[in-house]
Amino acid sequence: MYVILGGADFGAGILELFTPSSMRDRFRDTTYKTIGPIWEANHMWLIITIVILFVGFPRIYTMLSVHLHIPLALMLIGIIGRGTAFVFRHYDAYQDEMQKVYNLIFTYSSFITPLFLGLTFGAAVGGEIDPEARTFYGAYIHPWFNLFSLAVGLFTVAICGFLAAVFLVGEARKVEVRNLIIKKAKLFMILAVVAGGLVFISSIIEDVPLVDLILTEWITIGVLLLATGAMILLWFKLGKGNRKLDRFLGGFIVSAILLAFGYHYYPDIIIVKAGENLSLFNSAAPENSISSLAWALMIGSVFILPALFYLLYSFQKPKVLE
Amino acid sequence: MDDLFAARSQMALSLGFHIIFACIGMVMPFFMATSHFKFLKTKDPVYKDLTKAWSKGVAIFFATGAVSGTMLSFELGLLWPEFMLHAGPIFGMPFSLEGTAFFIEAIALGFFLYGWGKFNPWFHWFTGVIVGISGLASGILVVAANGWMNSPSGFDYVNGEFLNIDPIAAMFNDAWFTQSLHMTLAAFAATGFAVAGIHAYLLMKGENKTFHKKAFTIAIVFGAIAAVLQPISGDISAKDIAIRQPAKLAAMEAHYHTEQSADLIIGGIPDEEAKEVNYALRIPGALSFLAHGDFDAEVKGLDQFAEEHHPPVTVTHFAFQIMVGLGMILVGLSLLYFISSWKKKSWQAQPWFLWLFALATPLGFIALEAGWTVTEVGRQPWIIYEIMLTKDAVTPMPGIRYSFYIFTAIYLSLSAIVGFLLVRQIKAVSQKPPLKHSTSADS
Repeated sequence: MYVILGGADFGAGILELFTPSSMRDRFRDTTYKTIGPIWEANHMWLIITIVILFVGFPRIYTMLSVHLHIPLALMLIGIIGRGTAFVFRHYDAYQDEMQKVYNLIFTYSSFITPLFLGLTFGAAVGGEIDPEARTFYGAYIHPWFNLFSLAVGLFTVAICGFLAAVFLVGEARKVEVRNLIIKKAKLFMILAVVAGGLVFISSIIEDVPLVDLILTEWITIGVLLLATGAMILLWFKLGKGNRKLDRFLGGFIVSAILLAFGYHYYPDIIIVKAGENLSLFNSAAPENSISSLAWALMIGSVFILPALFYLLYSFQKPKVLE
Repeated sequence: MDDLFAARSQMALSLGFHIIFACIGMVMPFFMATSHFKFLKTKDPVYKDLTKAWSKGVAIFFATGAVSGTMLSFELGLLWPEFMLHAGPIFGMPFSLEGTAFFIEAIALGFFLYGWGKFNPWFHWFTGVIVGISGLASGILVVAANGWMNSPSGFDYVNGEFLNIDPIAAMFNDAWFTQSLHMTLAAFAATGFAVAGIHAYLLMKGENKTFHKKAFTIAIVFGAIAAVLQPISGDISAKDIAIRQPAKLAAMEAHYHTEQSADLIIGGIPDEEAKEVNYALRIPGALSFLAHGDFDAEVKGLDQFAEEHHPPVTVTHFAFQIMVGLGMILVGLSLLYFISSWKKKSWQAQPWFLWLFALATPLGFIALEAGWTVTEVGRQPWIIYEIMLTKDAVTPMPGIRYSFYIFTAIYLSLSAIVGFLLVRQIKAVSQKPPLKHSTSADS
């Protein structure tokens, strides 16, 4: 859920960055109407993920925050920038030169946030985290400063841009805006494929055992083939009227990629250079903590999910979106 | 600047920043809902304008509070990994529930901000109330987690290991109630006085009087009630920590030597070397009375604790004096407001009256920050009271000071931008003719 809803709103900023300035105003208008109402709620997925990690899997949380301190801190700067700039630019009482500043902050931080988020994921599974490292470079820089992590970071950026475009196509009322967004969606599809290729190439260079994913594991091969099929279908169907189909396909592609990665690594979360990897099993908190966490989340979802869907639903109705 | 100090400074800065936005974000919705309620009841359009004007403030503060809160959830690990490794599973319960409350708050805020003219008016009003209630709940839950650091419970500590974890017992630790009560009242008092102060200032300038008068009244009623109740909550807290964390009480009072019938020390400059307080006003026996309800009771001094476990006395003592002093000023102003409403309505339009409240704008927040300093610095050198030292919890990564510099710069610029936005909002409200209406939220 976070990747899809959150990805779409990171992506909106990225798309804005890649939109010619003459079209930006209209584009922004569409973004605002679509994302505005769910903006703050989207933010919360990340917090909940973090809470699950530190309550349920404290060793994973700790290992990531020690060794990937730097990319996480950079991601936080991005989160601060975009989270505030998006709201500020709308709630500033005067629409003047300051808008340019907010837009600048919003677009660039929308780029760096998923970049470093993806980079952190890449670093977690990249196998370069070394709890025994003695040097500053070895312990705090090298784990994430490598080709593979960077490629995963770029791939994340491309996926976010792609999701946002697919999501926004159905919202654009004016034909020219819609055509622009369709073009963007296709561009980001290509970028995602290229970046995905880079992930595999860099994994070979960096000796990350990822190629199995497309060579020997039948389940992941199947899932990825389905995703590819969906992508081809989407390429031809996008913007041709059925926005539910567009969104479903977009969501399906991203979920499938995540599923394939997840299946490949399950149950490991962090692959370390030496010693035992951290998995969901060996780093879980004591049972009491996990079960109370599960209860809290379950109680939470009883309240949250219906309200969230009603929120999405209420602001999806075309007549409301004038 | 060494790494431990840099990490503590960064944490203090982040919390000190977040606390302001979080408090405003949790209290303002109640003001907004009150004004909205009055609009729905009286159909007076000024209340609608006021609700909208405030809701823009809420959106700005909520967004800033949300990012600084996200920031904190990462910083706990980035700065204090050893603490989170052990504490996470124990005191995580309030955080998981807080996530839920915050999520609901965000969803409700989405409904409220974008829902003008789209829903049944009372449903729309209700979403505003939910924003306030869930905001309040998340505040209480986070303070309960902080309470656990002061009063750790819900586990057995055996040979450096945390066993038999009970997250529910950890959440309902001995400090959660006193701390949450004090914090909630503080949030209402500080926000109430700050908002009332701004509107008092604008009233004085003579702009848009009906609008600001209504705004002032709603804010000050919340603020004044909270400010008057706060000393009672403070007394409960003092009696509680006298038993639970005597070292903190001793540092707050700069009470070095254990004695019966202890003096209450007001003001003064603690001399940490000589273990005395100079130039202070002393009220004989009053500390014993305040801490234990008996003028002859024994109050533990810092001499009961090993030197390396003393909290920094000067900072804690000064912060405590500032909090109490400003709190008393706010109580005085609250009483003035109540008396004037009851007997002398005409005072409320007098420049001196408005000046007093305008000058009091920042006082509540200064008191609130001072109080936060008391509870955090007063717990030092422990991160988990009497279980884990702060210095043992800090990240092994060197060079934290650079991170501190960067985040200081970010927080300073954010504060500047928020201040700038607020000034512009207020300017816009004053310039607009009071009865301008539109149906969409983004007018």
